[in-house]
Amino acid sequence: MSTASTDKTLAHLADFHDEAPLVKGNLSFHDITEIVSSHTEKKTPFAWYGAFSLALAGLMLLLGMIAYLFWNGTGVWGLNNPVGWGYAIVNFVFWVGIGHAGTLISAILFLFRQQWRTAINRSAEAMTIFAVICALVFPTIHVGRVWAIYWTLPLPNQMNMWPQFKSPLLWDVFAVSTYFTVSLVFWYIGLVPDLASMRDRAKGKLRKLVLGVASMGWTGANRHWRNYEKAYLLLAALATPLVLSVHSVVSFDFAVSIVPGWHTTIFPPYFVAGAIFSGFAMVVTLLVIARKIYGVENIITVDHLEKMNIIILLTGTMVGFAYITEFFIAWYSGVQYEQYAFVNRMFGPYAWAYWTMMSCNLFFPQFFWFKKLRRNITFMFIISIFVNIGMWFERFVITVTSLHRDYLPSSWDYYTPTVVDVLTFVGTFGLFFTLFLLFLRFMPMVAVAEVKGVMPEADPHFYDHEGDGHGAEHAVQPSTQQ
Amino acid sequence: MGTVQSTQSSRPRSNNPLTSISTDAAMLNQLARDVKASMSIYDAGEDQVYGLLAEFAHPGELLHAAEAIHEAGFRHFDTHSPFPIHGMDKAMGLGNSLVGWITLGGGITGLSLATLMQWWMGAVDYPINISGKPFFAIEPSIPIMFELTVLLASLATAAGMFALNGLPRPYNPLFYSKNFARVTDDAFFLHIAASDRKFDQETTAQMLQELGASNVETIHDHGEEDQD
Repeated sequence: MSTASTDKTLAHLADFHDEAPLVKGNLSFHDITEIVSSHTEKKTPFAWYGAFSLALAGLMLLLGMIAYLFWNGTGVWGLNNPVGWGYAIVNFVFWVGIGHAGTLISAILFLFRQQWRTAINRSAEAMTIFAVICALVFPTIHVGRVWAIYWTLPLPNQMNMWPQFKSPLLWDVFAVSTYFTVSLVFWYIGLVPDLASMRDRAKGKLRKLVLGVASMGWTGANRHWRNYEKAYLLLAALATPLVLSVHSVVSFDFAVSIVPGWHTTIFPPYFVAGAIFSGFAMVVTLLVIARKIYGVENIITVDHLEKMNIIILLTGTMVGFAYITEFFIAWYSGVQYEQYAFVNRMFGPYAWAYWTMMSCNLFFPQFFWFKKLRRNITFMFIISIFVNIGMWFERFVITVTSLHRDYLPSSWDYYTPTVVDVLTFVGTFGLFFTLFLLFLRFMPMVAVAEVKGVMPEADPHFYDHEGDGHGAEHAVQPSTQQ
Repeated sequence: MGTVQSTQSSRPRSNNPLTSISTDAAMLNQLARDVKASMSIYDAGEDQVYGLLAEFAHPGELLHAAEAIHEAGFRHFDTHSPFPIHGMDKAMGLGNSLVGWITLGGGITGLSLATLMQWWMGAVDYPINISGKPFFAIEPSIPIMFELTVLLASLATAAGMFALNGLPRPYNPLFYSKNFARVTDDAFFLHIAASDRKFDQETTAQMLQELGASNVETIHDHGEEDQD
């Protein structure tokens, strides 16, 4: 009796796997290695050079703008009283937000055993690291006197001074740099087995040497996997509160001040939801293109994209709910300044920015309630672009609308960015895509070892039923096709 | 393990201080060997035989083979696979990984460092009155305490994992096997080291074949001679 029921459960489980395999197209272990690694081995495609030169031009633009800023000072930006914080903080929060998807996918979804994460975590983590690099550009260059930026670090110095630890801006330094370091370590640890895989396929002497050093002599030993998996789990457990903390700390930059429109307790959770929202949108934007060009549609399937769209729908709605809650709290507080700040957001001179934000972040993602639409590649690409735009405007609205009309109407002003502001922001996309294209060219864009590990054939008990007909259909498996 | 016996046999004579020193040295050597074995690093025999490398068809066969090898009393052996295999730790008789303790150490260091740093810099060495706020208080110190805890715990985890695995290890006699290059692709190997006290080139090879291994090969450690 009991064995019969166990068999039934197993058969059911097998059916479940048949219905929704994470990897499509009947790929073997070898096929996956081949598909992912071959892109880094073949001759550089012409299109890559085209895209790379465009990105590199953007990076040059960024460097040019930074040089211009350093030479002339922050006066070249559109900042003045009362808007003392403009594009620099908007872009910083925008990029840090985008940098949240990767570690969320690799850490939180790992702890929740969402195995579909394996197809997308590598590229999302890479994106995280590059986005945080773009983010770090802004606080570094916005200080005006760049040569004094090291004052933010607790380094012994001839002035006998220490940083002021009660400032949220200093917490930011620690939060973002910790996030960057931990994301980098996490990413590298995940890369080691795949770099070893590329090392074992490498043809040239130099390539062998570089990959040999980078993969640290990995041999897939089980004694190593044992420590590796434990370390991966621990890093995921450490990175999970870290992801949630980073954007919370970023929101403290605003929330700890006493500016109407900023001084709210809803900021930390609302910023985190927004960060995940924008990060996932960016992952969808990039992967829709990359999976097509790199022919990994069977590994990064429509099912994966659909799951990401569901998260976009969820977090977008959460963010929209937060927008509305802010209004309620402003009204309920009975504070005249608080109420004015929000009415001004909705109907003031920046109403155009506010409604762009509202429609892109709250309205457009609602289309993802429809299964057809959230599985439509073109449609999701368009929506993800809208979300990217909307989330940039969210930070713009929060920063600028709260500042431009302060307590003293005589000092009210209308903030407009200068050309330098805009081109610096455009330039960070150059930096981002330069790094991302280098990643696509030289690194395995899918976590090969992890994808193999979640295939049904990776389970040693998958082979137990070889005799009963059910396993037999799968038995024509990996290692036979050399 | 083979040298354990010689260490033990020299023990009765350890009344002599000189031999006791050499016994200590032998024990240290043994300890070093055991630690290295836990990292999957083994000493080759005098005949330069490093071990036997057997290939299995799929994770299921590898798991059963590892179980059987462990039951047969082998300890210096390891399985090699492109991805971690569920249940392999148990099959090989391995306990829990020690990485967690290193993480804990890193975390405690980070937390104490952050607390001490903020207290000493803010309240002792460079106290500044900011809006009458206390020079040191827990509440504004929490973000940095948290960040440094996570930072040092993560770095310790990564460094501890590599240290416990004996990585980086650029030289590994297993790399001499042409076949072994497929271990990071789709092949599943079991390696029994010659340093295991149960190891015998012929009978062990036969045992592996009986377990269903295809292609059992002897791995030689050419070591320093190989530098061309």
